[in-house]
Amino acid sequence: MAKETGFMSWKKLNFGIAITNPGNAAELKTGDWRSMRPETNKEKCTKCAQCYIYCPDMVYSKDAEGYYIQNYYYCKGCGICAHECPVDAITMIQEVD
Amino acid sequence: MSKQIGIEVSIACAEAAGLCDVDVVAAYPITPQTHIVEHLSEMVADGHLDAEFVPVESEHSAMSACIGSSAAGARTFTSTCSQGYALMSELCYIAASLRLPIVMAVANRALSAPINIWNDHADLMYARDTGWIQIIAENGQEVVDLTIQAFRMGEDPNVSFPVQVNLDGFTLSHMIEPLTIPDKADVDKYLPPYRPKLRLDPANPVTFGAVGMPDIYTEARKAQDEAFKNSLPYIEKAWDEFGKQFGRYYKPVETYKTEGAETIIISMGSISQTAMTAVDMMRAEGKKVGLTRIRLFRPFPAEALFAAIKGAKNVIVLDRVTSFAGGHVSGPVALEVKSILYDRKHHPKLRNFLVGLGGRDVTDQNFMEMVDQVAASKDDGVPVAYEFINVRE
Repeated sequence: MAKETGFMSWKKLNFGIAITNPGNAAELKTGDWRSMRPETNKEKCTKCAQCYIYCPDMVYSKDAEGYYIQNYYYCKGCGICAHECPVDAITMIQEVD
Repeated sequence: MSKQIGIEVSIACAEAAGLCDVDVVAAYPITPQTHIVEHLSEMVADGHLDAEFVPVESEHSAMSACIGSSAAGARTFTSTCSQGYALMSELCYIAASLRLPIVMAVANRALSAPINIWNDHADLMYARDTGWIQIIAENGQEVVDLTIQAFRMGEDPNVSFPVQVNLDGFTLSHMIEPLTIPDKADVDKYLPPYRPKLRLDPANPVTFGAVGMPDIYTEARKAQDEAFKNSLPYIEKAWDEFGKQFGRYYKPVETYKTEGAETIIISMGSISQTAMTAVDMMRAEGKKVGLTRIRLFRPFPAEALFAAIKGAKNVIVLDRVTSFAGGHVSGPVALEVKSILYDRKHHPKLRNFLVGLGGRDVTDQNFMEMVDQVAASKDDGVPVAYEFINVRE
């Protein structure tokens, strides 16, 4: 028998494959197929929050100093933040295995 | 008390949906379904039916609105056919996967091209893999009864699937027949209020129709398939209880004079009534012919069908659609029958005829020709997947 590859048993799925725990998308790791990673140069950054606003995956959050830092668990490497940054503080870096 | 009245079958279908206290009707008119939707619109506008009538801009929107209303817990009805069904079809799969017991009357009509508004089963077969329960009426009374039963079987918590009530376009939809319309109080007794297991509710938020990655899609499909497979006894229960209460009994597979029959014709829908006349005529001539009618096409009642035909030496399967499979495999109904017979290692002589396409009449003479043709044919090892009947060379 081939190895079972399913995430969970079909018998345990909710009726009508409904999701009954709201907000569980936060558990979903969307950052595992990124090829480029955004990095912020704090010397250029003006803390304008454009990266935070434009990010489609809620990667950015404000740290104690007011900088917006990345949570790579969610980052797909789309590069929107780097494109939108008005002071070119964000650079996309090639991921290496 | 129920009453018997002369009424157009489409109007009676709408009245039956009304007797079921539908909450929402979202539908778009298309020939030959139009009178069903028009009448429901009138019933709502005139205050005879306390429901939301959503005059959508297309069939795609119709089924989208139906999915939303059913997911919110509303008893939901719609109706379409043919090109309209084709346009709404992508949503139909979703309604079934989300387990929403929407009821839809389909006034069966051919698919284009050429443009043809008349009756065949192209739309019925288009829907066969969507996960909807498909039931098929033979006459006007069955349209009324099946419409009421559809809500009961679809909303059964052990079922919870959408139901398609198929009635032949024009041949049934536009006929005026003496029909028994059940009393509202009796329908209320038969059909309890809809109580969904889950519904869209701001107090208890749920998500319907989320993405399913490769690591869960197979499990989701398996769960749906098991639920659909297990719905058959509850469909039969809805029919049994209807019979007990209203005195009209329904089964997934109906038989007519199949006892001792050497040749059995398998048909679906209104041409079965012509077939019964033809069977009577052939029986009068001493030919041992019977008829088996499929009332439930999905989920397919394999055991009941096998029980009905296993005694026959010859089987004739009628298909009312061209499926363009390349000429070497049979039409969709015959495929099901052959699959059942193969799995049970039972091999009567079987012929598949394509009949009644795009409103072409099927006469008692046609049935006699088919029966004679099968009886005379020799199994010479040359496979014949299917044949057209009534085609002019």
